[in-house]
Amino acid sequence: MTDRVRVKPMMPPGHIRTPIYLRGKIGVIERSLGVFPNPEDLAYGHDAKAFPLHRVRFRMGDIWGSNAENPDDTLDAEIYEHWLEPADAP
Amino acid sequence: MDQRPDADHDFSLWEKRVDALMIIGSAKGYFTVDGLRRVLEDMGEDAFETMTYYERWIMSVNQNMIEGGAYTTSELAEKMAEITARGDTYGDACGRS
Repeated sequence: MTDRVRVKPMMPPGHIRTPIYLRGKIGVIERSLGVFPNPEDLAYGHDAKAFPLHRVRFRMGDIWGSNAENPDDTLDAEIYEHWLEPADAP
Repeated sequence: MDQRPDADHDFSLWEKRVDALMIIGSAKGYFTVDGLRRVLEDMGEDAFETMTYYERWIMSVNQNMIEGGAYTTSELAEKMAEITARGDTYGDACGRS
């Protein structure tokens, strides 16, 4: 996984823990946390495949644009790998 | 309306029972925290204004218990009717405020 990543801008219905306000935003992988069962499957009582989970760091300015009070403040969110793509992907 | 009980909240017996039911149901494998979150988040914003913390919990625990096969909807209906028939004093004896 490259360091600079974009959260996939997908909006499927269902139980998803990837915050909507981060979808489509670019951040940097701060650390990788190992693999964890996918909550998207656990939520419906299914056996869940384990996916890598990453802590991704975002600049507030990259999330909120000109509305960010302190654009250089950062926010960390833990996001599963299947929700991430390289930031330079088309 | 308060979003969750604070440290000064005096828990009533039914609230403690909801908590216990969640622990037992989870320990027996009927659901995970993910299943509880799913139902809570699917309730919509209004539920967080109109229902108390444990009212939302019991709705989520119940939904997950039915989905997990702990009991059926009709078994639940029969049990609720049976308990209602005991009358109001039963609730008072159990610490209902």
